Amino acid sequence: MKRVLSLLLLASFIFTSCSKSNNSSGSDSPANYIENKGSDTIVNLALAWAEKYQGDHPEVRISVTGGGSGTGIAALVNGTVDIANASRKIKDEETSEAQSNGITPVEHIIARDAIAVIVNPENPVNELTLQQISDIYSGKYKNWNEVGGEDRPIVRLSRETNSGTHVYFLETVLRLGNKEDKTFFSTSTLLLPSSEGIISEVRDNPNAIGYDGLGYVPKDLKMIAIAKKVGEPYVLPSIDTVNDKSYAIARDLYMYTNGAPVGIIKDYLDWILSDEAQQIVADLGFVPAIK
Amino acid sequence: MEKSLSWREFIITRLIQSSGYSAILFVALIFFFLLREGLPALGEVDVSSLLNFRWYPIESYFGILPLISGSLIVTLGAALIAVPFGIGTAVYISEVAPRWMREILKPLVELLGGLPSVVLGFLGILVLAPFLRVFLNLPTGLTAFTGSLLLGGIAVPTVVSVAEDALDSVPRAYREGAWALGATRWQTIWRVTLPAAKSGVLTAVMLGVGRAIGETMTVMMVTGNAPVLATGLGSLFAPVRTMTATIAAEMGEVANGSTHYHVLFFIGMVLFIISLIVNVIASSVVFRAKKRAERILS
Repeated sequence: MKRVLSLLLLASFIFTSCSKSNNSSGSDSPANYIENKGSDTIVNLALAWAEKYQGDHPEVRISVTGGGSGTGIAALVNGTVDIANASRKIKDEETSEAQSNGITPVEHIIARDAIAVIVNPENPVNELTLQQISDIYSGKYKNWNEVGGEDRPIVRLSRETNSGTHVYFLETVLRLGNKEDKTFFSTSTLLLPSSEGIISEVRDNPNAIGYDGLGYVPKDLKMIAIAKKVGEPYVLPSIDTVNDKSYAIARDLYMYTNGAPVGIIKDYLDWILSDEAQQIVADLGFVPAIK
Repeated sequence: MEKSLSWREFIITRLIQSSGYSAILFVALIFFFLLREGLPALGEVDVSSLLNFRWYPIESYFGILPLISGSLIVTLGAALIAVPFGIGTAVYISEVAPRWMREILKPLVELLGGLPSVVLGFLGILVLAPFLRVFLNLPTGLTAFTGSLLLGGIAVPTVVSVAEDALDSVPRAYREGAWALGATRWQTIWRVTLPAAKSGVLTAVMLGVGRAIGETMTVMMVTGNAPVLATGLGSLFAPVRTMTATIAAEMGEVANGSTHYHVLFFIGMVLFIISLIVNVIASSVVFRAKKRAERILS
């Protein structure tokens, strides 16, 4: 919450300083202003895009804030943002709530992302199957020696429940894509409010296992190679393995608009799917959207 | 002239009176708001499922027991640290320390009280948690105990400055009387000064506890936020999730008016009632102590 506030504050500072510098264009009119909010996974990417786009189109102003996919979609539903970023698909309840507010969410796939499972470099475990990761997070395995590691307790780290990454991980990994499955995160799973929290704990603690977007994993942490089933090859996440679908935990990243986009929002979204903008996607460690 | 003076008097009295009453009004309004937003939770969720052991709001598991136990255990730990340490510091500053030392210590303690809790949270994540993990050989350093230590640190300045003021206001004649009877300095502090300042010291403790139970940012950063039901002292060294951290982490996400939203307000209500109880107990003890003292004096 505080981070959202400070980001907002920062954005408003940038906003006011911009408006001073290009007073001549008189761009205070809402027609040139795009409010963009949501997923923390996407926030860096969205900021990089907004920066580049505003450099080329000084008449347009874009404010970007994070807070989580749920936060962004809630803001779209309440009509306070133009574009909501989400690292998960919009839920049916959210769509119906939006419609009761007179808002029609339209989905745009803007990039792809792999979720890397990360451990401390001291941990000798290099590869796991999806089922093993599910069993680790559900609490069935409590010690690393049950999955071929040292005799150490497993400390499970996850994002908070308002994170799209959390929901995606629950559905794809813990429940292995099975909608009927009611497996939960073990209650002793640490729910950390930010990606940075997970990364700093994994960096420090050889007992820890965590997950995060590929673009956020620093080089000094170890990524786990994942097999979809026992007997299938273990695959490390990368742009290539996401595109050839051999890496199991990859997802689309979305932007949602109210109705089909028009005017500057349409221009911006079209630009986002251009080669120039998708190059930024690759530079930041995400996977470009497949057209 | 006289008339305008009495006029002014009248206005000033009313102003002061209304600012006094406004405190009551604000508390009542806040409580009313909490009730309005929180009570619907009881209609939407069964009481039995509120008293459940699983907190997983995105799939409608609203068991708040783990959160209550988490808050209580962190606060208890913080009190165990802040009370002896805070009162000890207050006694030292007020009774033992030489004048120059006191003039250094008091502002320093107050400075400590002004430290933003986020900064302490950073310290906790980067220094204290890794240290505790290695030192106590825990699976992770993000535990209730880490939170307690930091919250203790946050509560100490509150306890010190209020307790020190209370000790300071004990009349010098009390101490001189004790010394005249041949009491040592320690006996004077333990048997005379502290009991005489009892109500103030108790207020200090309660304010400290109140500061600890309501603190959010630090505990969210260092306690790991795992909604596990705390069952014993062992839970002090395991991750917990507090009520405040839950509200802070989840409030930004919930849809206005949803069940989850009402349950979060319900948690706020529980928090409010807990601190109300703490305050009522404190003031009733203070009140009784005063009455007895008055009896003795009369």
